[in-house]
Formats: sequence, structure tokens, C-alpha cells
Amino acid sequence: MLLKTLETMGPLHGYGIARRIEQMSDDALKLNEGTVYASLMRLLQRRWISASWGASENNRKARFYTITKFGRRQLTRETKNWDRIAGVMARLLRAAARS
Amino acid sequence: MWARFVALVSRLRFALSRRRVDEDARREFEAHLELLVDRYIRRGMAPEEAHVAARRQFGNALSVREEIYEMNTLPFLDTIWQDLRYGIRILRKNPTFSLVVILTLALGTGANAAIFQLVNALRLRSLPVEQPHELVSIRIDQHGKGRVGRGFPGGVFTEPLWQEIRSQQQAFSSLFAWGVTQWDLSPEGEVALARGLYVSGRFFDVLGVHAHIGRMLTEADDPKGCGSPGAVLSHDFWQVWYGGNPGVIGQSIMLDRRRFDVIGVAQPGFFGVEVGRTFDVALPLCAEPLLRSQQGWDRAAVWWLDIMGRLKPDWTVERAQAHVAAVSPAVFQATVSPGYKADWAKNYTSFTLTARPAPTGVSNLRTAYATQLWALLGATGLVLLLTCANLANLMLARATARGREIAVRLAIGASRRRVVGQMLSESALLAGFGALGGLLLARWISQTLIMFLDAGGNRIFVDLTPDWRVFAFIAIVAVLACVLFGLSPALTATRRDPATTLQPGGRSSTDGHDAVALRRGLVVVQVALSMVLVVGALLFGRTLRNLGSVELGFDPDVVVAAVDLRRTNVQPEARTQAFADIVARLHQVPGVRHAAQTLIVPLSGADWNGQIVKGGAAQNGDVHFNAVGGNYFRVMGTPLLVGRTFDGRDRPDAPRAAIVNETFARRYFPNTDPIGQTFQMDVAPPQATYHIVGLVRDAKYLQVREERTGPATRFSATESSATFLPMAYLAVSQGTTPPPDFRIVLRADVPSAALTRALTRAISEVAPGAAVSYDAVSNYIETLLVPERLMAWLSGFFGVLAMLIASIGLYGVMSYMVTRRRVEIGVRMALGAEPRRIIRMVLAESGVLLAAGVPIGVGLAIAASRYAASLLYGLTPLDPTSLVLAIGALGVVCVLAAWFPARRASRLGPTVALRE
Repeated sequence: MLLKTLETMGPLHGYGIARRIEQMSDDALKLNEGTVYASLMRLLQRRWISASWGASENNRKARFYTITKFGRRQLTRETKNWDRIAGVMARLLRAAARS
Repeated sequence: MWARFVALVSRLRFALSRRRVDEDARREFEAHLELLVDRYIRRGMAPEEAHVAARRQFGNALSVREEIYEMNTLPFLDTIWQDLRYGIRILRKNPTFSLVVILTLALGTGANAAIFQLVNALRLRSLPVEQPHELVSIRIDQHGKGRVGRGFPGGVFTEPLWQEIRSQQQAFSSLFAWGVTQWDLSPEGEVALARGLYVSGRFFDVLGVHAHIGRMLTEADDPKGCGSPGAVLSHDFWQVWYGGNPGVIGQSIMLDRRRFDVIGVAQPGFFGVEVGRTFDVALPLCAEPLLRSQQGWDRAAVWWLDIMGRLKPDWTVERAQAHVAAVSPAVFQATVSPGYKADWAKNYTSFTLTARPAPTGVSNLRTAYATQLWALLGATGLVLLLTCANLANLMLARATARGREIAVRLAIGASRRRVVGQMLSESALLAGFGALGGLLLARWISQTLIMFLDAGGNRIFVDLTPDWRVFAFIAIVAVLACVLFGLSPALTATRRDPATTLQPGGRSSTDGHDAVALRRGLVVVQVALSMVLVVGALLFGRTLRNLGSVELGFDPDVVVAAVDLRRTNVQPEARTQAFADIVARLHQVPGVRHAAQTLIVPLSGADWNGQIVKGGAAQNGDVHFNAVGGNYFRVMGTPLLVGRTFDGRDRPDAPRAAIVNETFARRYFPNTDPIGQTFQMDVAPPQATYHIVGLVRDAKYLQVREERTGPATRFSATESSATFLPMAYLAVSQGTTPPPDFRIVLRADVPSAALTRALTRAISEVAPGAAVSYDAVSNYIETLLVPERLMAWLSGFFGVLAMLIASIGLYGVMSYMVTRRRVEIGVRMALGAEPRRIIRMVLAESGVLLAAGVPIGVGLAIAASRYAASLLYGLTPLDPTSLVLAIGALGVVCVLAAWFPARRASRLGPTVALRE
């Protein structure tokens, strides 16, 4: 989800990511925004995203996260995977509904 | 898989900059919070309220930071660090124990590393020149067997061959040749020798060796027939001889009593291309005719050069090899010596050139000491194993002492892995410190070894600066040692159920049957290994003894004076007379009993050999020759058996006389009286006929362990085991073209040191300007026996060390056994067992260990000694005396080691033991 966000929105800082998630999930996902950073660190460790310091909208220093080549590859892989599972599930459910 | 690896690497990276990562997170969170606060304020909240709301929305910043921090730690690294710190604390608590272990290990690793350092320097290391991997050496296939002429040490090619190869080959972009020699540095009187190198013009240029000061020799310095060319000094020689004075450039240097200008000093560290040898002064090849000791030799039969080069960019060694093989017939055809007989020329023209990679240079030492070095490396490896076995025992004993601590740790939930890891890290620390100590010791040991090899005028130079290979070797040895002595005690110590150990009065886990078996097993291993080393020591010791007491055929207490008349005004035709005069004059020097002239001093390394013709038929097998004066046999103490020695009758115009030794007579004139028989030397005609006038006792000529060179099988079995060479002595007084240098052997009543000045004065009186140097036949023997002495001393040292270590191990185990069984012993004594019986019981137990170790040791020793067979003399690898002696020695040592614990056991008061 984080990867998808970064892919569509381009470089973002942690606050921006939190806002985006908030907006996307229509507040259905209410979480402590701090936990975003732990996930970001995990992605950093896998080199799926990279981070650099820059200035935020209100001219404060902020850390911007960008998706990397590895990250994009991983995203396609996971999207495909998800689509496949979702497809299988949908078919299963449909079949179940019919019988 | 890959993603996990990437994650691990980044984790390691972040872990190393953990503080910065944490700081980043803190600042980032602050920024985030402020943005949230701003947002709430914009929505109309009061600042206070906004802060609270922002905090709530963000969650616990500290716990997230902690989480991130944890994510970036490597648990095992932290654990290791913890263990190491704990280990250091423990080791510092027992400084004596730690010191003993570290010292033992330092000795073990040091000995290994020292020998490895020599192996490395001699065999593995590349030459200190530019692009050493491109260097290719040219040789003659099969070592050019049957080359006829005059040979010099390391000489593979003749000068005409060098010229021909250079002009005919197309594989090399550049070639160079060099020859090894010695020059006399002193202007007059006694000789001071420098190690000389004749080099072709491009030598330094091709190797990429630069001038430290001045300039190096170039192609332009080496034209044919150059006058008096410039000389290049080695950096070491410049430092020692000139104190590093840069003003040396342009000064002149005396070489063999001729002046040469010094034009440059080579870069530091450059010792030439032969490992084991260095040079002091280098001259271009064209200077050789000026300094040549013997004129008149055909240059196509003087073997003194060696050739190397760099391949053209697109050539491989294989292609170059094929190329030089292809041009070989033409090269050898073009350079046949006119003095060769037909069959010599036929052999000569069948030679083939080969090319092989030579990034490590060339080396005689490498081949000469290969077996010894591997044998020593094996011996040091055994010593290390032995040390490890002993340390394992020691660690086990310590684990016993700490049994409760370990049990507590296990009981409160430490995993066995964690405890083993912690004990191993202690061993790792010990091994690490031991390796450091070993590194320091290694340098010292290998230098001592080189000094040992250097004795007796061998003049060996080996660059011993440690490189990555030595460090890697020590590291590997340390890790191995650590695992060997640390792992099994750690595993054994943690095997038992902690509950048993923690019971009051309970025994710790290492008291268990496992641990006792392990300790006894370790002692058996020690006995077996030390058996191998002791047998080796005895074999090499007995070899040296056999060689030292071998029948030489002469008395080696002889002074040798080498006299060189080249720079005197004695004309070649007057030389024979001049030498006779010198010998006559030397007889008058007080203290000189006998003196005689000789071309070759036995065991000095010089050789003159050939085949003989008897009754018109060429005879098989080499005969060795010497030209001597009439007094020679008296000086050497070689008895004349029949006939006469050379005397006034043997004038140049008289029939040629010869004296032969017993082996010669037995082989060529069996069952007949050799006196009066004749033979010819198998050389190009005219062949002079020699009349045998005397028969002398056999004497050594080339080697103390004279083994026949060449095919020995052609002679009868009894003869091939003979240890003397067939020899024919000719009369110096009948020599046709006497060389300018000759040796005089002297037997004197005073020590040679007191004699030499008087001798030099006497010789200078007869022949002013003669160059004289002194030596002794006993020195030659010393030099020849250096490899054997080296092996005997070192293996003796290792053998004693091994027995010592093994006895310490046995002592430890037996003491432990006595302590453990003191209750039982107490009961036995209370029931009336005599002290003698107790002693016998303990000794019997150690005897069992010995009896288990000895057969294994004997088996190993027999297997190992087969590889050392070529190094032995006068005994077989299965020498029963050595085996029996080794078993005896080990037995005595073991009884001694067990005696003290046994006596202690016998003195246990039964009451004391039973009260516990």
C-alpha cells in the first residue's frame, strides 16, 4: 500500500503519506501515524524505497521517500499476486453463490 | 532470498550508523508533529489542544523510535560483543591461566607461521618487480641432460645460445639474461667477495626496476666488447658498504682488481630474480670477458646464463612454449661447440627449449629445501594439534570448575547455544591473542632459521616481510585452533541436566562419563602425536649422526688457500712453476706441516667428470677427476695403498701418470693389478694416455652422502650401494693449460686464523698481486650438512616439546582422576590396601592411555616417515631402533608424569578422604 502510494504520488514525506492513507481509506483505517515510519524503515532496508532530506510545503526540513527500481518491480509482482488471489477468490465465491 | 540478503546488508549499514538513523527519525517525527499541529490550528483548535490532538494522532513516538532502532540491530553481533567483553573479564580474572594458554598458542602458531613464512617467501610470493605475472622463464627441457662443458651454478644457457634465442624468437616483446658470479672487492692481498650479477642491457628495464639514485644499466651499456662499463649497486649493498652516501655515483669500485664506475643504485627491495639469493653489484654481460677466470674455454660450452622475458600482448605461455620448441633445432644447430665430439653434438642438437610462467622468479633453494620445508610444516602442524589437545583438556578442567555457573545459566533459561557461544568466544579471544603473539614470534623464528641455513658460507637471502598470505595463514590457524580446543569442552560442559549439577554435593556436568572419556581420549591423541614427532626427531638425529661419523677417506681438518694469479705478471706458461714455487715457499711458513696443490678440493662443490676409454672402448659411467700435487695424499691423510704418488718423475714431457682410487680400480680393472694399466679420457682427440702409477683409498668427492649421479643400475648391485665415486687423480705438473686459479691444501699445527696472514705474506712474496682467500674442508662439510642439521635440531626441538606437552596433559588427567576417586582410594586404603598398590593402580591407568596411544602413534609415524625417506641416511624409514627408543622415551616420560599424582594418591589419609 505504501509502495502504491509512493508510485502514484511521487516523492512524499511521512506526513504526506499519512494524509494520503487517511484520505484513501476515508478514515476507515485509523492508525497511529507514527507506525508508518516503522513500515517505511522496513521498505528502506529492502531498498524498495529511498529517502532524502528536503524542504516541505511549509518550508520545514522533511524526509522524502521515493520508490526505487526494486520497489517498482516488487510492486508489480505483488499487484499481480494480489490480482491472482483476488481472481481466484472471486471465482470461488461466485461458484459458491451459484450452488 | 535476495531481498533478505539486501535487507541484511542495509541492516548492517544502518546498524553501524545507528545513532544517526535514530537522530533522523527524531527530527522526522518532530516535523510530522508540527505539520499535524499546524493542521489542527488551521481547523481552529487552540495551540495547546492542537498539540495534544497531534500527539494522539501520531501515537507513541518513543516506542516507534525504539522499534526502528531495534530493527536496525543485528542481535548476533550484539551478543558476540557482549560475550567478548565478558570473556575479557573472565580472562583477566585468571591472568596466569590466560597467560599460559596464550603463550602456548603463540608458540604453536608462531612455529607454524614461521615455517609457512619461509614456504611463502620461497614458493608463493611474486617477485617485487612490475607485472610479475607476465614474466616467463626459458629453460631447456629435461634440464638439458648431458650438457658438456664448464657449468656455473644456476647456469642454463651459453652466451651463443642467448644471442641465438634472442634473435630467433618472436614470442617475447622483451628478453633478458643474467649470470650469477662473485667478485673480489679488495684491491690487494686477501679476497673480500661480493655477490655479482652479469645482466643483459635490458634487464632492469624489462623488470621495471628503477634507480634509487643515478641510473640503471640500459641496452646502450651492453654492446659487444664494451670497455669498462658502469656498475649498478643493490640498495642493501649501498647502505652497508657506502653508508647510503649519494656521492657514490661516479666513484669507482674494484671488482676482481679492476676499476668500474658506479652509475646507479637500484630501488630498495630489489634482489634480482632468484629467490634465496641477492646481489651486491651488477655489471652488463659485455664485462664478462674482462673478468673471466679461465680463457681458452669455447664460449659455446660455458653454461652460465639464465633467460627470462615478457610475452607479447596477445601471446599465451602455451603458444610461446610451442614457439620456442619450434625454433629449438635451429637455435641448437647454430651453436654447437666446435670442440664437441659427434655424440655430444648429437645430444646437444636434440635439446628442446621450453617456456614456463615465472612470476615467483627462479630458485635453487626452492627445490633444495622443498621436502624439508613440507616436513617441517607437517611437524609444526602436529605440534599445534598437540597444543590444542592439551588446551582442550585445560578448558575442560575450567569448565568443570565453572560447572555450577553454567548450570545456573542453563537453569534460568539460557539456551545451550548461547552458553556454548559464550564459552567459544572466550576460546576465540585466547586464540586471537595467541595468534598475535605467534605473529611476533614467527618473524623471530624464521629469521633464526634463515641464519641457520645461512651458516657455512651459503649466503642465503630471503625477504621475510609478512604479506597477506602470512596473515591469512595465521588467521586460519587461529580459527582452527579455537574450534579445536574450544568446541568440544564447551559442548561437553553444557550437555548435562542442570538439575543434577545443582543438587548439593552434586557433581558438575564435566564430571560425567562423557567428559572423562573425552579427557582420556585427548591424552591418547597427545601420546600418539608426540610419538610421531619423537620418532621423526630420532630418525633425523640418527641421520645426522650417521653422516657425521661417515668414513670420508680423508681427515677434514685441512686449510684451503685459493690463489688467483690473474692480476699478477705471471705468464700462463709460467703458472705451473709459479704454483710449485708457492707450495715450496708455504712449506717454510712456521706451523705448516704439509702443503699441496690441487685443482679441486673435495666437498667444495666443484666437479670435473667425464668418461674414459680403456683398450679402445669407451666405458660406461662417469669418472671424476682431479689434478693434484705430489703431497696431496699426505695432506689429506688419504692412504696410498699400492704404487707411488706423483713426484719429480712426472715432468710435462714424461708419460702421463694417474693415481686411481679403489672404486675406479674395482670397476675398470677388476681382478687385476691396476698399476701399470692405461686409459684415455673420452674427449675430442688427441686423447692422452694415462699410466696408472698408484692406488689410493676411496675418499668422498662431491657429497658426504655420495650417491651416484646418473644411472647406477648399469653396475652390479654391490657397487651401486657403494658410497664412493670412481676417481682418477692426474698430476698438476703435467697439466697443459694450467688455469690461473688453483687451490692449495695445507695441514698445519697452528689454528688457521693465526696462519692466514703469514700465508698471504708468503704467497705475495712469490707472486705479488695474487688474490688469496681461505677456507677449510671442515667448513665445506658443515655447509653440506646444513639441511640435515636443520632437520635434526628442529625435529629434536619439536620432539622434546611434544613429549613435554603430552606429559603435562597426562599429569593433568591423572591428577584429576586421583582427586575424583579420592573417596574410593580412601576406602581401599581403609580396607588395607598398601600405598604401593595404590601407586601401581594409578600407574596402570596411565599405562592404559600410553598403550592406547603408542600403536596409533607408531602407525602414524610409519605412514609419515615414508615421505621423509629421501632425507634419511644410513637407516630405513622403519628404523626399529628409532621406534623402540621413541616408545621407551615416551614410556619414561609418562611414568614420570603419572608418578606424582600416584604418590599423592598413596599418601591420602583414609580418614581425610572418607570424611568428605
